[in-house]
Amino acid sequence: MCQKFTQISTFLKILQISKILELNSKLLYCISLKFSIFRRYPYRLPYKYNFKNSLDMKTYKMSKDRFPEFIEKIKTKGQLYGPVKGNGKYSFEEIEKFEDLDFDYQRTVIGPKKFLTPPRYQTLRYDKSGQTDVFVSDETQIVIGVHPCDIHGIKILDRLFLGNIKDPYYEKRRNNLIIIGHSCLPDENCICQSTGTDMVEDGFDLFFTELADHYLVWVGSDKGLSIAIENEDILTEEISEEEIQEYVRWQQKRSEMFKSEIPSFKYLADIIHLNYDSKVWDQFGEKCLSCGTCSLVCPTCNCFNVEDRISMNTEDGFRERILDSCTLPCYSMVAGGHDFRPDRTSRLKLYYTHKLKEYIGRWGQPSCVGCGRCVTYCPVDINVITVSKALYEEVCENQEVCE
Amino acid sequence: MAITTREGDHSYVTQPAKILAMKDLTEDTRYFKFKFLDESIVEENYKPGQFAIMSLPGVGEAVFSISSPPTRTDFIEFGVRKVGSFTEALFKLKVGDLVHLRGPYGDGFNMESLRGRDLIIISGGLGAIPLRSVLLYVEDRREEFNQVFFLNGARSPADMLYREDIIAMAQRGIIESHLSVDKDDTGEWPYHEGVVTTLFPKITDRVVSEKTTAIICGPPIMYKYVIQELLKLKIPKDQILMTLERRMKCGQGHCGHCAIGGRYTCLEGPVFTFYDVQHIKELI
Ligand SMILES: Cc1cc2nc3c(=O)[nH]c(=O)nc-3n(C[C@H](O)[C@H](O)[C@H](O)COP(=O)(O)OP(=O)(O)OC[C@H]3O[C@@H](n4cnc5c(N)ncnc54)[C@H](O)[C@@H]3O)c2cc1C
Ligand code: SF4
Ligand code: SF4
Ligand code: FES
Repeated sequence: MCQKFTQISTFLKILQISKILELNSKLLYCISLKFSIFRRYPYRLPYKYNFKNSLDMKTYKMSKDRFPEFIEKIKTKGQLYGPVKGNGKYSFEEIEKFEDLDFDYQRTVIGPKKFLTPPRYQTLRYDKSGQTDVFVSDETQIVIGVHPCDIHGIKILDRLFLGNIKDPYYEKRRNNLIIIGHSCLPDENCICQSTGTDMVEDGFDLFFTELADHYLVWVGSDKGLSIAIENEDILTEEISEEEIQEYVRWQQKRSEMFKSEIPSFKYLADIIHLNYDSKVWDQFGEKCLSCGTCSLVCPTCNCFNVEDRISMNTEDGFRERILDSCTLPCYSMVAGGHDFRPDRTSRLKLYYTHKLKEYIGRWGQPSCVGCGRCVTYCPVDINVITVSKALYEEVCENQEVCE
Repeated sequence: MAITTREGDHSYVTQPAKILAMKDLTEDTRYFKFKFLDESIVEENYKPGQFAIMSLPGVGEAVFSISSPPTRTDFIEFGVRKVGSFTEALFKLKVGDLVHLRGPYGDGFNMESLRGRDLIIISGGLGAIPLRSVLLYVEDRREEFNQVFFLNGARSPADMLYREDIIAMAQRGIIESHLSVDKDDTGEWPYHEGVVTTLFPKITDRVVSEKTTAIICGPPIMYKYVIQELLKLKIPKDQILMTLERRMKCGQGHCGHCAIGGRYTCLEGPVFTFYDVQHIKELI
């Protein structure tokens, strides 16, 4: 089985290379040719075909010492946020000056979803005289330092919130957001190589890959292109053969640094299906604290509650949306007290089946982007790695499909 | 699409509606009739089985099935059971007071596709509220349907919704109705006693399985037993239509609460065919 998998992905890689050859862009060609040898991701192909900008995707180079200048300039476009260290953890915070930024990080506690679907925000205000909509401000927000997994997370949220029925709050925040990505190196909790979200080709406006003395700056949107053009004095399109080599070596080094993986990620949907009634779920359910941390930190968890609050004077109040979690009690309770998921096991099962199986049915791709936040933050070690490993072992034991 | 959303409005805009009339149906369930303040909103663009979301500033939002049929415009009706904070606040309102509505949401019963068919409509408890929309649709377009059976179950005689209306419809030959209560505590109940499935023998010999569509709405526990009876009558699985209740916060497929397996009840439901959901493990 596993051998077959490798064959298929090799075939896909060849296809992919030939597609890139067609594009005839020197840089993409060189990089992909070398790269595809160690790219392991079979889902990649469809994106390539859909990739609108690939023909005119521009790539620039920027010397590292010009970066502060870039930050100063980009700040004039709106409120800038970026990774900042505090309390031993990283988070996206308001940036006053270049020195606040710290790009040497693996993951923030909460991802950039907080700019698009904040954990708590008002939608309506009312008083005795009537009600008024509270809408999203027109301010442009710029978030810099976003890693590939989090950009994939935003793409997954986009699909949900900007589908047939558009969420007006998300839509406005999304239109007002400029996303500037930044390259990263994995730690032992990163599993984006398994989920195939270790690289991005769209979903950002600009993306900075950090090499020894300079950045390669990829343009991913029209917005990004106009920023690049405004900054042409500090960006150059001249990238030498040697620098391409350096980039390829850097990618190679990065891809070899991954230490963790999700076993058989490709078959996980089937494995979950076969294990629906497995005792593994009860074991995890027994341990789970129903604390909701996993949903708070997961870049693709977006469930929300709606609540009304009245002020102390009982004269006025507001309605707000609050991030919710399917692992919390009462998530599925209806009027009259009937609860469709009364125990932690059934709620945990919803969390993982919805993410890893049902999303594939609905959107063709799971909603785990391998950021490793659940691995880092679940207090009792319930996360995509432990859950999928336990389920995988169940199948191996019972069905003898794995050697 | 939506009756309350107009060109240029975003999907959470609500429309104020005035209470025209109210009436107690049972001790804790009340009938409400509303009229939109904006005269340009025509209340006909929905299917029976669809629901609306009602908002009371300061209290919150709650989901209610539209209980009037799209064949009767100029007003919109609901039936509400008092169970908690929102419904208590709603029960305190008076005729002329305002609520805010958005919708309709979900996928309802596609009545046009049922033309020429026999219907078995099975209701338990509050299930009669959304099914009232189906029954009144049948009343207004009786010529479109063949035989129509209505099996209605309630806990006790005092809990039976719309009893007089149902009997009047039956007397006019619009439906053949069979009423049942789980337990007759009054000693004066003139009809059947027993759970709703015990009504099936009254219609079995007249059911033509290939011509029949069954429509079910009731408490979660009822579905299993009713579906067993319908399968015994050889009603095809895709002709068993059922509405499912789930917690709902948005009605637009975004808040996640109504998920069953990979489906969002607020988008693909609340009406499902049994065929569609038979393999979903979290069904009931
Ligand atoms: C598709 C659908 C159709 C419905 N049709 C009707 C109807 O026609 N008549 C009727 O009386 N009731 C109906 N309900 C149930 C109705 O939504 C609840 O009775 C109502 O939300 C209870 O609110 P409460 O604040 O009074 O109760 P509480 O118990 O105080 O509610 C507490 C919280 O739970 C939420 N909640 C509780 N039950 C539900 C639920 N079933 N769905 C969504 N949120 C819930 C409420 O929004 C609130 O935030 C329907 C529900 C659904 C999903
Ligand atoms: S899985 Fe872990 S993080 Fe999630 S609710 Fe349970 S204990 Fe909390
Ligand atoms: S499930 Fe865990 S690893 Fe996957 S995206 Fe969510 S937090 Fe990250
Ligand atoms: S009610 Fe929010 S997703 Fe269905």
